[in-house]
Amino acid sequence: MESFGYLMQGFAVALTPYNLLWCFIGVFLGTVIGILPGLGPAATIAMLLPLTFQMNPTSAVIMLAGIYYGSKYGGSTTSILLNVPGESASVVTCFDGYQMARQGRAGAALGVSAIASFIAGTFGVVGLMLVAPPLAKFALSFSSPEYFALMCLGLAMVVLLAGKSMIKALLAMMVGLWIAGMGTDLFSEASRFTFGHAELLDGVDFVVVAIGVFALGEVLGNMEIREGARMLPVPKGLRNLLPTLQDLKDCRFAFLNGSVVGFIIGVLPGAGSTIASFISYGIEKAVSRRPEKFGTGVPEGVAAPEGANNAETGGAMVPLLTLGIPGSGTTAILLAAFILWGLRPGPLMIQDNPTLFWGLVASMYVGNVMLLVLNLPLVPLFAQILRLPAYTLYPFIFGISIVGVYSVSGSLFDTWMLALFGLLGYAMRRLEYPSAPLILGFVLGDIMERALRQSLMMSQGDLTILVARPMSATMLFLAVLILLAPLFRKADALRVKAIAEGS
Amino acid sequence: MRLLRNGDFVSGAVLAALGAFIIMEARQWEYLGPDGPGPGFFPLWYGIGLLVLSIMLMVVHARQAPAPASRGMGGTGRAFATWAALVVCVALLKVLGFIVAFSLLTLFIVQVLYRQPFGKALAVAVGGAAGFYLLFDVALNVALPAGMLGF
Repeated sequence: MESFGYLMQGFAVALTPYNLLWCFIGVFLGTVIGILPGLGPAATIAMLLPLTFQMNPTSAVIMLAGIYYGSKYGGSTTSILLNVPGESASVVTCFDGYQMARQGRAGAALGVSAIASFIAGTFGVVGLMLVAPPLAKFALSFSSPEYFALMCLGLAMVVLLAGKSMIKALLAMMVGLWIAGMGTDLFSEASRFTFGHAELLDGVDFVVVAIGVFALGEVLGNMEIREGARMLPVPKGLRNLLPTLQDLKDCRFAFLNGSVVGFIIGVLPGAGSTIASFISYGIEKAVSRRPEKFGTGVPEGVAAPEGANNAETGGAMVPLLTLGIPGSGTTAILLAAFILWGLRPGPLMIQDNPTLFWGLVASMYVGNVMLLVLNLPLVPLFAQILRLPAYTLYPFIFGISIVGVYSVSGSLFDTWMLALFGLLGYAMRRLEYPSAPLILGFVLGDIMERALRQSLMMSQGDLTILVARPMSATMLFLAVLILLAPLFRKADALRVKAIAEGS
Repeated sequence: MRLLRNGDFVSGAVLAALGAFIIMEARQWEYLGPDGPGPGFFPLWYGIGLLVLSIMLMVVHARQAPAPASRGMGGTGRAFATWAALVVCVALLKVLGFIVAFSLLTLFIVQVLYRQPFGKALAVAVGGAAGFYLLFDVALNVALPAGMLGF
């Protein structure tokens, strides 16, 4: 009941005309970038982050979160219409969605996808509302050793963000730790890795790293192919957008399966929506009375992964908001956004910023309704975005990246750093180094070092303090267990398969 | 020569050098003081981690044949040409300002890399720059990098 009262206060925040507008802008932009292959929510949030500094944090986080979950809705459109997933999490939707479209049932597939997204997205928000406050209360007892162990646990999640090579993921994470360590050491005031540049004394700005590695790296990778210049075909005649009653009946379990699996996977940092969509599709197929039909165009093959993909968002917000652990590149950027606004996601977040937390939760309910309304009747209109030639889009991304970075510091030095990190992002993409671990290392590195040094100051250099306390010992044990998980061949093969199919 | 064509080997070597550099730098800072760990404590350990893992990468991947290039060198050339254009644009920001430097970057991408007619490329470049000026400078009051000409 306490949560219900707070939620009502949240609605009072989310339903102000100003916040409704930002929520709409967020979900609209999210849908658009979800549809556009080659521009993900992480890159978009990174690019727009500097522009939100003049906004109040609640409105800004409502908008950025809207981009995050809005992109999940948009991602399915190209999967169904063109067999081209807008996001990696929409790969599974291609299996049956595109087949339905080929059979002339594109409208029904889009309708099932939108309804599943709405149901599961709302379920995810309910889960977030119910799980986050007690978890935050529990984490209130954490001290420096527990925080250090928590950061180790967060970094161990790199295993799940690793892609094909664990070594490369760990290397990327350590480069992230190194970049985070640049600047003046807060404890001793020693300057570290500044290479004689006074501009680096304050460290490297997160915006520069995020925009460079994600947005510019992505665009430079896409620039390798000139094909973006041609118009992509957009199917016409999308009628009967509402699925039939039989379709909905077939999808009953898929709605539930996608919602529950997506939320649970989302809560586990590092697992991500791609894995959630694969698992829910697998479960759906396993329990189906017609498993042999999967892949030929069955609506439940669309509903389960799309639901999981959307419920994952609510789940992913749980560790982000209550423990300050981001589970993916996008949530890592959201974490950095919170820090840049002077907020500290963690156990005290809900207690210290109830307006922001409950306003965000309420806005996610509102945003899901907006997305349902936007995505059912307006899908044919959104599909027209695919007619936008790449040569108009890419210069725009370069321009907004430069302006975004410059607007934060007013320093041209940062635009040089942007170009440098853009090259790093491209090289990582080309050499198959995952970029999410680098961001994870960069975001958590500073907090982790501080927690470790505070812990060892408490114990006067005695390392056993980290394992003497039950909670920190448990978390460190879990971190080691997660890091060792790839040694178990079967589990690792499943992880690699899911990631490979999703990339 | 075969090893130098192996991206994993080369990137491993670069990261090993970075790890060695971090270790050398970290050794100059206090490792453990009377109040606990110093500024050299954390960098030393991730420097060692970086060095060990990159050597592992070099050893593991050097044994494997280089993967066939999924994208030709032409694609890499286009990406590097774009990056070089971005660097030139950044260098020109101080002299010509954002509006002109961005227009030139757009013109290069649209006409040279996407082989669109000059008129169309010019329209996209000028239209894009004008759009940025109106959106950021006028509507949002966000200052764009200005050059010696004052814009």
